[in-house]
Amino acid sequence: MTGRSGPSLLLLLPAAAFFGVFALAPMGIVAILSFFSWDGLNTPSWTGLDNWARFAQDSVTHQAIWLSIKVMILSWLLQTAVSLLLGAYVAGRQRSRAVLGAVYILPLLLSAAAIGIAWKNLLDPNFGLLGATGDALGLAALKQNWLGDSDLALYTVIFVVGWQFIPFHTLLYQAATRQIPRSLYEAASIDGAGRFRQFVTITLPQLRYTMVTSTTLILVGSLTYFDLVFVMTSGGPGNETRILPLDMYVNGFASYEMGYASAIAVVLVLFGIALSLLLVKLSGFTRMRSQMEGA
Amino acid sequence: MWRTVPNKTMSTAIALVTALLLAACGTAGPTRPGSSGGPLIWAVEGGAVDVYQDSVQRFNQSHPGKQFELQAFQNDPYKQKLRVAMGAGNPPDVFYGWGGGILDSYAKAGNVHDLAPQLQQDPAWATKFFPNVMESVTFDGKVYGIPMRGMQPVILFYNKELFQQHGVQPPRTWQDLLALIGKFRSAGLTPISLAGASRWTYLMWEEYLVERLGGPQVFHDVLAGKPGSWSHPAFIQANTMIRELVDAGAFGDGFASVSYDTGQQSALLYTGKSPMELMGSWDFSNILESQPDFIKSGKLGFTSFPAIPGGVGDPANVVGNTTNFYSVAEKSPHRADAVEYLKTTVMDDAYVDQLIKVGDVPPVQGIDAKLSHADNSDYLQFVYKLTQNAPNFQLSWDQALPPEQAEALLTNLEQLFLGKSTPAQFSEAMNGTLR
Repeated sequence: MTGRSGPSLLLLLPAAAFFGVFALAPMGIVAILSFFSWDGLNTPSWTGLDNWARFAQDSVTHQAIWLSIKVMILSWLLQTAVSLLLGAYVAGRQRSRAVLGAVYILPLLLSAAAIGIAWKNLLDPNFGLLGATGDALGLAALKQNWLGDSDLALYTVIFVVGWQFIPFHTLLYQAATRQIPRSLYEAASIDGAGRFRQFVTITLPQLRYTMVTSTTLILVGSLTYFDLVFVMTSGGPGNETRILPLDMYVNGFASYEMGYASAIAVVLVLFGIALSLLLVKLSGFTRMRSQMEGA
Repeated sequence: MWRTVPNKTMSTAIALVTALLLAACGTAGPTRPGSSGGPLIWAVEGGAVDVYQDSVQRFNQSHPGKQFELQAFQNDPYKQKLRVAMGAGNPPDVFYGWGGGILDSYAKAGNVHDLAPQLQQDPAWATKFFPNVMESVTFDGKVYGIPMRGMQPVILFYNKELFQQHGVQPPRTWQDLLALIGKFRSAGLTPISLAGASRWTYLMWEEYLVERLGGPQVFHDVLAGKPGSWSHPAFIQANTMIRELVDAGAFGDGFASVSYDTGQQSALLYTGKSPMELMGSWDFSNILESQPDFIKSGKLGFTSFPAIPGGVGDPANVVGNTTNFYSVAEKSPHRADAVEYLKTTVMDDAYVDQLIKVGDVPPVQGIDAKLSHADNSDYLQFVYKLTQNAPNFQLSWDQALPPEQAEALLTNLEQLFLGKSTPAQFSEAMNGTLR
């Protein structure tokens, strides 16, 4: 008996073992593998810094990094703006809002592969619903080569990724908005604050930590995002949507250059860790001051 | 409340859970993939899977005590599964493959049994198959596979109805094709359907153009890793012609997002939006499945790739997936049984009949009579004659090359089709992948 309160550290062991075997150990192996050349068949051979030298020069990978950053920032802007407003809206108690809320959350029920295939077909320039609607209404703007045009493909992908994840973040914001004490709003209306003023001075500041959570999830999530892009474009046209995780996959499982793919994986892991640490630090998430009344 | 549980009991429980967890991880690895412990065959799902299954049953019945088991997988996951099994030194006894660079790399790693001695002992077996198909599994005089499916040459399919409406004939030469493109373009059609999003569809054009312009040797030099071999004039000229096609609108504006897997390339052909497509012979079965009336009413036309006057290559040569092969694992404890199975049952009379029934044309000598009695016999006979008469049947380059070069080829070819690189840049980038 140590006199510490709380459960024994031993209770951590199963979870720690699980995490160690399935997360830490593979990461360590990947870090080691990044100094080897390995085709997945023969014995890995030591190549020193070759993979890293290639990483420093490979223009396709550099473009992939840039695309990943672009996807990250644009996804954050799109998803935060839409889900914040939607979340605050469906947090209201009216019946119509509850119905709309249920409809908005539908995409959350679908798998990424299903969403990818569905959108790919909707957006198809020859047989897609969007193009056909464009024809029927005489709206030429709808009849674009959404996933095949170099200038459009990335934005189309960001839109569909947003469509998939906005419901989840809407749920977060909805729950958080409902937690805000009504008394704050009542006091504000007595002081003569309008709805907009209330949203800006009460709702937004109260949602601060939800925003940090949601932002972390969006940024780290879009950094490592893979499935939907793989299904919809496989990185095409050309390399226009070849984001970093896809670049890693292609190098690893299409070219069978596991060493180089491991180097990319190490960069992804480090980037992801740095990003979440930075967010936690910047947002003051560690201090976790309560903003509830009376605290 | 934590204190109520005696510490010792708790530790024991935790140790037990952890041990179970680790034990579970441990056993997931090196077990044999088979369930019964008998010889195991891995194949890929598809229209002919019943034929494979039936042959296994027939073999098991006539060989008491030898219980082969067949497992079939989806195409793409299978390729990775096989590779992982190979890398772990634990492949199934018999495995399905495409020949070419990947099989060669498995053979070089010592995982594939050389069938050449057994073939030499049995001339009837050795001469049963088309020699131009066997080249896909022959490396340095060693033979690493036996054909087990139909041939899949690349064919120019066309919509007969559209050709009749515009009063034109299928192209015999490159000039014919260019004239057709102009004609169909001005009629508001996309002259050639091309599923660019799938990328390997681009390769069919490149392969045929280089084959017609420079003959088989041009790509053989690439395979042999000859420095600078991608700069051969045939590549530059073929890629210039591809650029001309794209610029002339031969493939329309939207080809980059058309995907073969969702059936769009074939759909453009049978819905009358595009009069032509270049595709592997398997597209016939795909169209038969998705739009049977199109074939039954005789609207689907097929012909060989046009000749290019002045080209070195024989216009009778074809490119494509030669066929699929069964290979035997070198370290298999059932090697003799596996060879016996391949020799006696795969591609025996019953097997060939069943393949023809599902629309496959096996690379087997002397089956003209069987083909002429089959459904869609005009198409099957066309494929048979086309491949039988081809001095060279070039295996698709993405199968023939090692994986990392194949991937680089598809990427660079896509850039060329999309107008992001020039023929000279293509050759330069590809020369960098040679080794």
